Amino acid sequence: MKHMTRKATRHISQNEGLIFEKSSPGKAAWKLPPLDVPEVDTAKLLGKQERQDLGNMPEVSEIEIIRHFTRLSTWNYAIDLGMFPLGSCTMKYNPRVNEFVSRVEGLANGHPYQPEKISQGALRIIKTLSDCLLEITGMDAITLQPAAGAHGELTGILLVRAYHQSKGNARKKILIPDSAHGTNPATAATAGYAVENLKSNERGMVDVAALAAQMNEDVAALMLTNPNTLGVFEQDIHEIAELLHAKGGLLYMDGANMNALVAKARPGDFGVDVMHLNLHKTFSTPHGGGGPGSGPVAVKKILEPFLPKPVVITKPDGTLAFEYNRPQSVGRVRAFYGNFGMFIRALAYILANGPDGLRQTTEDAVLNANYIRKGLEGVYDLPYSTPSMHEVVFSDKLQSQKGVKTLDLAKRLIDYGFHPFTMAFPLIVHGALMIEPTESEPKEELDLFIEAMKSIAAEVEEDPQFVLDAPHNTRISRLDETQAARKPVLRWKPENAQ
Amino acid sequence: MRYLPKSPADREAMLKAIGVRSVDDLFAPVPPEFRLKRDLNIPRQMAESEIVDWFKLRSKENGDGYTSFLGAGAYFHYRPVVIDALVQRGEFLTSYTPYQPEFAQGTLQAIFEFQTMVAELTGMEVANASMYDGSTGAAEAVMMAVRITGKSGAVVARSLHPEYREVLGTYATHQGIPLKTVGFAESGPVDLKELQQAVSDDTACILIQSPNFFGTIEDVEAIAEIAHQHGALLIVSIAEAVSLGIVEPPRAADIVAMEAQSFGVPLGFGGPYCGVLATKDKFVRQMPGRLAGQTVDKKGKRGFVLTLATREQHIRREKATSNICTNQALVALMVNIFMTVYGKVGLRELAKQNLAKTAYAADQFARHAKVRFTGAPRFNEFVVETSEDPYAINSRLLGHKIVGGLPLKKFYPELGHAALWCCTELTTRSMIDTAVGLVADSERAVRSMKEVEQEVAR
Repeated sequence: MKHMTRKATRHISQNEGLIFEKSSPGKAAWKLPPLDVPEVDTAKLLGKQERQDLGNMPEVSEIEIIRHFTRLSTWNYAIDLGMFPLGSCTMKYNPRVNEFVSRVEGLANGHPYQPEKISQGALRIIKTLSDCLLEITGMDAITLQPAAGAHGELTGILLVRAYHQSKGNARKKILIPDSAHGTNPATAATAGYAVENLKSNERGMVDVAALAAQMNEDVAALMLTNPNTLGVFEQDIHEIAELLHAKGGLLYMDGANMNALVAKARPGDFGVDVMHLNLHKTFSTPHGGGGPGSGPVAVKKILEPFLPKPVVITKPDGTLAFEYNRPQSVGRVRAFYGNFGMFIRALAYILANGPDGLRQTTEDAVLNANYIRKGLEGVYDLPYSTPSMHEVVFSDKLQSQKGVKTLDLAKRLIDYGFHPFTMAFPLIVHGALMIEPTESEPKEELDLFIEAMKSIAAEVEEDPQFVLDAPHNTRISRLDETQAARKPVLRWKPENAQ
Repeated sequence: MRYLPKSPADREAMLKAIGVRSVDDLFAPVPPEFRLKRDLNIPRQMAESEIVDWFKLRSKENGDGYTSFLGAGAYFHYRPVVIDALVQRGEFLTSYTPYQPEFAQGTLQAIFEFQTMVAELTGMEVANASMYDGSTGAAEAVMMAVRITGKSGAVVARSLHPEYREVLGTYATHQGIPLKTVGFAESGPVDLKELQQAVSDDTACILIQSPNFFGTIEDVEAIAEIAHQHGALLIVSIAEAVSLGIVEPPRAADIVAMEAQSFGVPLGFGGPYCGVLATKDKFVRQMPGRLAGQTVDKKGKRGFVLTLATREQHIRREKATSNICTNQALVALMVNIFMTVYGKVGLRELAKQNLAKTAYAADQFARHAKVRFTGAPRFNEFVVETSEDPYAINSRLLGHKIVGGLPLKKFYPELGHAALWCCTELTTRSMIDTAVGLVADSERAVRSMKEVEQEVAR
């Protein structure tokens, strides 16, 4: 290792094959209780529909399963191991009490179709979380049904469409800033809208003049992330909302960066008509290696009639119920009621924080990002000098003079014991390094991160090839992604056993 | 606040390093009129013990201690304890989407194994890393078929889960996909005659569920033949994954859209669950969602990466195959561990127990009430028609801490006093006997009431 790092050290890593390679007939990790009803003749019951063979399913014992998945787990990096500064992903601490309460028996084993009379607990959780999220966002009504952020976006845009439709014209297009997350344009297309790009100005914000020029009665909505993906608060937000509203358009807010605003500012107060939240970002539900998420959509009064059904209502006797009679609803976006298990976790997080905790959380998140910005300014190029909120975007401009790109810097950061920042996004910054520390990092971890990033910058000057070859300390080196895509091997087969 | 790792002195030192006086200076970019100057009106900060108590109370209000005969797309199977022991390891629980493969190999290899097992079980060639759930997975499968065939119509079985049909309706409306619905025959499966008439050369796909919403196993080969005659694809939705242990998988289908909740995922009042898409190799580039693929590193060592990303939104933006980003990774890991625990032999034995319990229960019910759709094989659900409204019977069952079958009137008004009952390996014989007894009482009461009426009429 070139430079010494105070955070990471070497450690034995176990090799482990695929589970199929450990399988052999006769091993088992299961045991069923004796059958308390008569045995059945499966051939007689199923006839030609009876399955004869389960193919290459594994046969292994319980200890092998424990070791297999435990060994695999040690090959992952995780928040529990250290800072995970992925921009716009809000990799914050996932409190363990959230996991505990989501497994309480009556909640974990609740059936979605059990009678409402014995579902009051689940309904109360949905109602309480809804009320908290409405207060946090400053909106009027909410659905928790969408299963993830992108699913929330789709739901939100369907609400926009239904609203315009009710006025006689669904309109044709959605405006999307060039700094937006890829799900925004993909969502607009899925909802049947054309996408029109909106250029950012030199400060990294929506160009209000350009918006005024592009805004007309064909525009159904603007999809805006605020703070945007540069970590910059859209200071002209009120003017943007007014420009849209004057021509009958709606303002959609992508809530991916809500961690910068909770308890400090409310989208409902600055002109947003519809927005989604990511419970797996702002509200601490675990990312779990890529999901599950949960993407509630909050709206202003004018959009309430179109919310997916069912919605939760309070009956005159104080009990809660699902209301299905919603003639203007866009319909369902998911079976049952959404990712309920994530509602439990998000609500546990809100209850653990209270109003003071949430405010301090947001302040610490913004404090951390600005501390990193200060620590790395001058070492890395800062393409936009506009003040940062919860995340900061640098570029590889200085390092690329030595042929080292954002990807290489990211790979070298792994050797220092950190997960990389978000690379090459947002697209408006060439060679972006997008850093979001969240509130969960102590000062010591931030100092180690700054030290690591400075050390890497020094390595680029001294020996760029060493950085280009990184990572050096992982189980495997850089993988051949071209081969993976050209000749896809997407499942194990006995013949490709190693 | 106990999750925040800073002392007041840390904060002071950091503000000083940044060069601002107070944290409020950092919020200067937010126009003053939009800064919140009061506390949020939400519950006060609670201790961990208070949070646990609060949720335990909610649990008590939520059917804790009841046993149930409900299925209908959400199934109560035993979850081996190793599942939660393993998925709660922080390296799985608190990791991100594996975009940095060098130190996300654990997640990637697990996904690769998941894709392999799903492909094996469904009889398909390739499976993705997961979708949100069975309902959205089925809707995505229809959009995929539209892309592959270049045609736009979809023909949907009425015996597909009613809520899956609603979700598809929501998606299809805005994609300009016309939907036609086909009913079920008296014996239970899709009405093939009606299907023949509904499918035309403009049809992109037929979407059925098997075992269907009533538990009936469909003749997938016959339906595939009808689809393929017209150049359409066949999509088979599977809501009860355990059926794959003993029921022949839909090998003749082009796409399988499965809900894998039965494989080790808690009922959890409807989510999070785990959708899966599986298909033929030739369609993989039109598939939505993430895929893990095998490759080698610079030294030739086997490793795994997310691949074929040019289908996805972060590369293709509005031209992507779907807008899906976050999927159900951790739930897919539960499914993965469940499949590994039961494996080749256990899954079959588990499915057999489900079959036996259902056969026993259906026989017992048939002695007192009418069991519908007996003309075709079924898996672990069956429809019982009673003389009395099943809501009334269910409210008496509730008194015995038993949740009866799902009354079907809400979804299928023509089925009258019918309810959908479900048994799994966790349904005990005594529970079945109690429920059957109460249904028998109800039938007897109605019968004697009728006799009294006839007596009076005479």
